Amino acid sequence: MRTRASIFQNLDWITVLLYLLLVLAGWVSIYAAVYNEENRSILDMSQNYGKQLIWIITSIVLILVILIIDAKFYSAFSILLYLVVMLLLIAVFLIGKEIAGSRSWFQIGSFSLQPSEFAKFATCLALAKYLSKIDLKSNKFSTRVIAASIIIFPALLILLQPDTGSALVFAALILVLFREGLSGNLILLGVSVAVLFILALLLNRFLLIGLFAVNAVLVFILFKNLRKKWYWIAGVFLLISAYVFSVDYAFENILEPHQKKRINVLLGIETDIHGAGYNVHQSKIAIGSGGFSGKGFLKGTQTKFDFVPEQSTDFIFCTVGEEWGFLGSFFIIIIFLSLLTRIILLAERQRSKFSRLYGYGVATILFFHFVVNIGMTIGLFPVIGIPLPFISYGGSSLWGFTVLLFIFIKLDSVRLELL
Amino acid sequence: MNRNLSDRKYIIIAIFIVVGIIFLFRLFYLQILDQSYILSAENNVLHKKTIYPNRGLIYDRNGELLVYDEAAYDLMVIPRQVKKIDTAEFCQLLNITDSVFTARMKKAKKYSRYKPSTFLKQITKEEYGFIEEKLFKYPGFYVQSRSLRMYPYPIAAHLLGYIGEVNNSEINKDPYYKMGDYIGKSGIEKFYEKQLRGVKGSDIVMVDVHNREQGSYRGGRFDTPSEPGENLYLSIDADLQTYGEQLMVNKIGSIVAIDPKTGEILAFITSPTYDPNLLVGRVRGKNFSKLNNDSLKPLLNRAIMGNYPPGSTFKMVNALVGLQEGVLGRHTSYSCNGPATRPIRCTHNHISPLELMEAIEQSCNPYFWNVFRSIINNPRHNGTVNAFNSWRDHLISIGFGNKFNTDIPFELGGNIPTSDYYDRIYTIDHWNALTIRSLAIGQGEILVTPLQLANLVVVIANKGFYYPPHLVKAIGNENNVIEEFNTKKNTTIEERHFDVVQEAMLDVFEGAHGTARWAKLEGVKICGKTGTVQNPHGDDHSMFIAFAPFEDPKIAMSVIVENSGYGSTWAAPIASLMIEEFLNDTISRKYIEERILNGNLISKD
Repeated sequence: MRTRASIFQNLDWITVLLYLLLVLAGWVSIYAAVYNEENRSILDMSQNYGKQLIWIITSIVLILVILIIDAKFYSAFSILLYLVVMLLLIAVFLIGKEIAGSRSWFQIGSFSLQPSEFAKFATCLALAKYLSKIDLKSNKFSTRVIAASIIIFPALLILLQPDTGSALVFAALILVLFREGLSGNLILLGVSVAVLFILALLLNRFLLIGLFAVNAVLVFILFKNLRKKWYWIAGVFLLISAYVFSVDYAFENILEPHQKKRINVLLGIETDIHGAGYNVHQSKIAIGSGGFSGKGFLKGTQTKFDFVPEQSTDFIFCTVGEEWGFLGSFFIIIIFLSLLTRIILLAERQRSKFSRLYGYGVATILFFHFVVNIGMTIGLFPVIGIPLPFISYGGSSLWGFTVLLFIFIKLDSVRLELL
Repeated sequence: MNRNLSDRKYIIIAIFIVVGIIFLFRLFYLQILDQSYILSAENNVLHKKTIYPNRGLIYDRNGELLVYDEAAYDLMVIPRQVKKIDTAEFCQLLNITDSVFTARMKKAKKYSRYKPSTFLKQITKEEYGFIEEKLFKYPGFYVQSRSLRMYPYPIAAHLLGYIGEVNNSEINKDPYYKMGDYIGKSGIEKFYEKQLRGVKGSDIVMVDVHNREQGSYRGGRFDTPSEPGENLYLSIDADLQTYGEQLMVNKIGSIVAIDPKTGEILAFITSPTYDPNLLVGRVRGKNFSKLNNDSLKPLLNRAIMGNYPPGSTFKMVNALVGLQEGVLGRHTSYSCNGPATRPIRCTHNHISPLELMEAIEQSCNPYFWNVFRSIINNPRHNGTVNAFNSWRDHLISIGFGNKFNTDIPFELGGNIPTSDYYDRIYTIDHWNALTIRSLAIGQGEILVTPLQLANLVVVIANKGFYYPPHLVKAIGNENNVIEEFNTKKNTTIEERHFDVVQEAMLDVFEGAHGTARWAKLEGVKICGKTGTVQNPHGDDHSMFIAFAPFEDPKIAMSVIVENSGYGSTWAAPIASLMIEEFLNDTISRKYIEERILNGNLISKD
């Protein structure tokens, strides 16, 4: 068992197969999304589908490299890797290229590289490394601050580019902390804060506060044992009231106009199918018109005639929904769920805490992309421009996700060796 | 503790699965339950392209082409697709000003940023050739082919009418029309709109997000072809019409010539007129307001909208009524004291007393006062009112007082006063023949249109009947004549009473004292009657009615030249020349023609 006869030994082929299925589905979808009569060949290098093939082939090379490198490397160099990527994130401010208002890209010849895609696995590695330290006192306040900093630092740098979507991805790592013992109440609190945020935007502030006041009174009357702690009830109520008022302020003063608009459109406060809501409107039409079995490969009218902007990148799921219908969408979602669940199960079977933590990091980051991207295309989430892993067009994102996943597959393949 | 934390994997997996299930439910709703998205997707890509049919052609009675369609183009714009362009260059290309460009863009944007609207209408073929080459530089603009009405001869503007864009009330009346369609607005174009317009077709095409065509939908299964409009064959004789318009240059008035055997209008002239090509294409608006503001009112079709007192030409009517009523005979004679006669003086010098034929030939006013008085005082009718009503009924049967309602839009009916009217004015029982004596000589409240006057000539030529005067002979092909115009209308005057009137009218040319004797045409017996019509708006109108040849009438006409004096000075020679042109195809009396052609009765300097 401990011999290293081949780099492919002990690989989890189920995960590899799921990965390949998604990459292939992505390539076909990009072909359909960009297809035009003049460039029929899927190998045409002037088109996105031709370029995606290059990204796929180079990804396979990356996979081989990752598998060849000794697994100990990832643990040993994780902090260094993290620091290098952080330097890249800083460098992008200085020598990066501005595309669509964000300074997120390095231009190398005719190719662009997005360092934020690599920050994801680097942060996962660093977080796993830090939290798997043998002498770590997980309950100490300083531990928590350092762990949080590892996550927040790259997020802040990316937020400054500005690339809000990519920055938000790091929030997914909270689930890793949860697995490692972070109180569930804290996450519930986070969710409540988010729900209250939305309610504060949707409902009249005073009505909302009134409802909470009634609640407070009810609690006071119904739960006799809580009466002695009336100051607690009053305190929570005051806190909520203050929050509700501050939401309004924050929404008006902190968010960018386009972000406000996207949230308003999602919440149905504004309908603007020609402006901010255009993408989602057309995206829903594309997916909705797919029906049960879809319009057929290359037959999607929304897809073919370019009604959905950015369809080969962030809105790639429309192509699946329109041309392959509910069946195709079902298939993609099941593959994603299988992959995510598989990664969690693999993570749980790790002997080393580092590998387990890293596995959870991989799963939660992929999960966040999956939720936000598909949620956006079917109108459940605001438009946040992050790619659908392995499917969306783009070299940086495919490389980033491939490295993210295959470091874990490598770690898993040597789980029986002691690190 | 560790055991517990490991269990948290179930919570995390549960979160994954719950989100997955929410997504699947949402997709199930979007893709299977809610069918509206399928429709939205089709609305996005399916574009109904209207195929405009060719409008029917219009020919004259001899098969001469008068109106045809020529390809023209509308420049369309989809505001959302308009990129930054060189506005100055673009305006120069289209020959418009910068402010026009801005205004049109604003209007288009206001209509829709996503749907095409017309930016510039009716670009001619020549202009299009020039614009087409450079249009690729201006995304968001494209051309849609339409057609323009073209007129090889600059004649008959009023009767042909013109087409223009439909307005809201026309759209509401007939859902066939959509914003931007053309519809006949006046004349033949209006009356025969349904026949001329054809049937619009449509192609269902797929378009991409830029509204660029991507081919037909399902192999054109839902396309419908357009059907061209039907051709019209007019009763008008283009040569006669042209000649008449030339004669009327620099004169205000009208000529209406009718074939008495069919009621077909041979010439339908109103003056001043305009070149119908002026109201076509982009120059239309400018020219229209210019014509509309002209003090001579060139847009007014005087042949059907001019209301004139008939003057002396009306003496034949009173003669015919008198004969029919039995109060007048060929040899009835009355005396005339010239200008001293009461209650109506005479404007001519002639023998006295005189008989009916002489009275017509020399247009004796006192004679017809006596005729009119005996009609109104006819004891057979038991009172003034009854006698008057009987007189009026005769007039109505001849075609006065009402519209013919054939195929000429905006026709006026003239005015024949009723007894009720006089009862109102003079109160009941307080009026008699003397009170309304102006009617004896075609003055007073009585008003007729040149078309009605021409129809009177038809009645005289036919000896008692007419066919409703109309402009179109046949629809579709030359033999497909319109039956409803072939209904003979009999008047209340019997045939036998016409001989004396016809002979008297012949004497107007042939007689030694005839008022139009010097306008007579060698070899053709013309019957006519002059009129010199007093009117409150200035000099007398020169009026003339005539038909020819006497033996077998082929043309009947009325001529009015406003404010030009005696009927014999202008109207009579014009009528005579028209008859010569129509019957002989050449003009022998060049000296008369020259005088008429050079006669300028408009500019007084």
